[in-house]
Amino acid sequence: MGSGKGKTGAGMARQSAEVADAASAGQVGLSWEYAPAPESRDIVSIDPEYGLFINGEFRPAADGRVFATVSPATEEKLAMVAEAGQADVDAAVEAARTAYEQVWSRMPGSERAKYLYRIARMLQERSREFAVLESLDNGKPIRESRDVDIPLAAAHFFYYAGWADKLEHAGFGPDPRPLGVAGQVIPWNFPLLMAAWKLAPALAAGNTCVLKPAETTPLTALLLAEVCQQVGLPPGVVNIVTGAGDTGAAVVGHPDVNKVAFTGSTEVGKLIAGSVAGTGKKVTLELGGKAANIVFDDAPVEQAVEGIVNGIFFNQGHVCCAGSRLLVQESVADAVVDRLRRRLTTLRLGDPLDKNTDIGAINSRQQLDKIRDLSAAGDAEGAERWSPPCPLPEKGYWFPPTLFTGVSQSHRIAREEIFGPVLSVLTFRTPEEAVAKANNTPYGLSAGIWTDKGSRILWMAQKLRAGVVWANTFNRFDPASPFGGYQESGYGREGGRHGLAAYINA
Amino acid sequence: MGIESLAPKAPSRLEFDVAEIATSDAGLRQVLHGLPGVDQVGVNERVAALATRSIKKDAKLHALDLAIRMVDLTTLEGADTPGKVRAMCVKGMHPDLVDPPAPPVAAVCVYPDLVPVAKQILAGSSVKVAAVATAFPSGRASLAVKLADVQDAVTAGADEIDMVIDRGAFLAGHYGQVYTEIRAVREACGVAHLKVILETGELATLDNVARASWLAMMAGADFIKTSTGKVTPAATPAVALVMLTAVRDFEQASGRRVGVKVAGGIRTAKDAIRYLVQVNEVAGPAWLTPDLYRIGASTLLNDLLMQRSKQRTGRYAGADYFTID
Repeated sequence: MGSGKGKTGAGMARQSAEVADAASAGQVGLSWEYAPAPESRDIVSIDPEYGLFINGEFRPAADGRVFATVSPATEEKLAMVAEAGQADVDAAVEAARTAYEQVWSRMPGSERAKYLYRIARMLQERSREFAVLESLDNGKPIRESRDVDIPLAAAHFFYYAGWADKLEHAGFGPDPRPLGVAGQVIPWNFPLLMAAWKLAPALAAGNTCVLKPAETTPLTALLLAEVCQQVGLPPGVVNIVTGAGDTGAAVVGHPDVNKVAFTGSTEVGKLIAGSVAGTGKKVTLELGGKAANIVFDDAPVEQAVEGIVNGIFFNQGHVCCAGSRLLVQESVADAVVDRLRRRLTTLRLGDPLDKNTDIGAINSRQQLDKIRDLSAAGDAEGAERWSPPCPLPEKGYWFPPTLFTGVSQSHRIAREEIFGPVLSVLTFRTPEEAVAKANNTPYGLSAGIWTDKGSRILWMAQKLRAGVVWANTFNRFDPASPFGGYQESGYGREGGRHGLAAYINA
Repeated sequence: MGIESLAPKAPSRLEFDVAEIATSDAGLRQVLHGLPGVDQVGVNERVAALATRSIKKDAKLHALDLAIRMVDLTTLEGADTPGKVRAMCVKGMHPDLVDPPAPPVAAVCVYPDLVPVAKQILAGSSVKVAAVATAFPSGRASLAVKLADVQDAVTAGADEIDMVIDRGAFLAGHYGQVYTEIRAVREACGVAHLKVILETGELATLDNVARASWLAMMAGADFIKTSTGKVTPAATPAVALVMLTAVRDFEQASGRRVGVKVAGGIRTAKDAIRYLVQVNEVAGPAWLTPDLYRIGASTLLNDLLMQRSKQRTGRYAGADYFTID
């Protein structure tokens, strides 16, 4: 595995000499070490302290409480961020209510669309700044924040901007109305993208928002708040309150919130579902997953291996729809796993800001502990663990890409969401068995099918209890495509026309 | 043969007797159509991901010199003359006499009648002479004519023969005929290295590219090569990726390491480096040598030299500082 470390000048000269010798001797090639290619962090200026974004302005928490956000790759403290208490959440909801009643819900959809288009354009213009900040605060590789998170976030605003003046044609009746104030709580795995998923449809439909980013990744949401100021969004339409679980509970539990949207763990999702029961608030929950990535013996095997890698190692496996269970037909299991092992040795783990990094840092100490615990359970329960040779940086939170083979349905690593770069490999014999094993989970967010047979893809897609089924690809997202889960993966859909339904009183 | 035989744990030989199955189209079809399918969308995604690799500083300088050493400097025009070929050969030996001088290219590639001219100039140098043969570029001639073409080039001293496969026969499913021709040319080459041009632009699908790659390798190719340069599209990153996968899998299955040559349309150093990234990450670093990877090109060389000079001096020199031979 490439460590991402560069050669010294002397090392390079030696390497060239070796190459010349090898060439004259007709020998085989030599390793070619990529020099570090870090994206400059100078493009983004991080303030030492950040306030809460309420009614169009930044302000400290009423009780002055703050918390630190760190870079998980280095444990460097990036900034101090205000921690919103009940009084701050009250103020944010009040600002949102006022903006809703006096401005936003009365504004023609075509005018709301202009603001959303402006936000989308500004995300594109400042995309490098957002990407660097996201990689610093979250630990994900710049390649992903640059090529996936930020462009998709902009795409969501563009997409829903287009709906804002066409709501009466969206299939929700002749006069669709917004719900009011939306309280939105988002996770740390795709901080800006999740903010876009929540804000864009809510705003397009005429709601106002109080958004709480995750405590480990507040910075891009706060930069988005700056963008809201920059585009002249009326004060109070978007409010951002940073903090941890208590802040989230205050947002969700606020009596003047009409709609609750949450993305995060199933555990917290259940608490939220319980707390809003009987309040009349509308709720959408997008929770955990334990997706099966199903590889048949007629699959395009090389591309399937890429899809397996993308399915579980994209974003260090911090993906609710990650393909964390590989279900591979037994007749090709060894061949597929061999190819997978070889491919994993070429993954490059290291500095998230290096443009050649494939695997970044685990987002937090707490998450790293959870991944370690579950992996240890895999060892204890008799599964076989494998990782490529992979030196980990000394500082920060790191976990190597890991495969468990010999896993059965009853292992914890086959049942519980690890939310890390850990793949459990299981086998099946027949399509029916594949479906049965894939569905044998309390979750149901996503699934992947790899086969050359179109008819089998359609048959499988009907049988699989998963909100998203990918065929011969994995982890593909588009703002026009609805996303959501079955069972303990939550309810409601985000994205597409379906995503509007969550924010409309039809 | 299913995919299980492609990635055995221990090094092994092919699980079938090539000579035996090659006696019929049906036998070859069974093997070639038993290869794992290639999904074009997935290949394009992988190509796009690899194209984002950022090669800087020492790594770039290393890549530029490596790319120069992999160039098959090519002229394949009706208007080729001894003078043109002589000039190109001199350039191939000494691409740029700055300090430190650029390394020589791997080979020059010419029509068979110009092999003696090239040999004379290149005598004593490391630069090889490659000749296109077998009724290049269409391959539309009888086997006897093709073999005579090869014999001509070999007798004139060609170190490497770049043959074309019969695409018509391949597309008609006459795999046995394609196999037999490659075998015969392989025999006629003697000690000369054989590069087999698949002309992937005419094979159209990536499944066909994988099958043609295996067919050529089973028939004894030392190199598989994308294109003649006379058909559009010529080399593409997707085709190169599929061929690199094929040589890697073939080595796992047979123990024999076959080279890859991309040719046609590669004009910039940036493109060349992207191809090298594929070699490094798909086939593996063992293929990062002119013995196993070549880039057929003419105008590419000057861009490599220009970027090399930029990398060493920190500034771009004008086009007139690089020779046009």
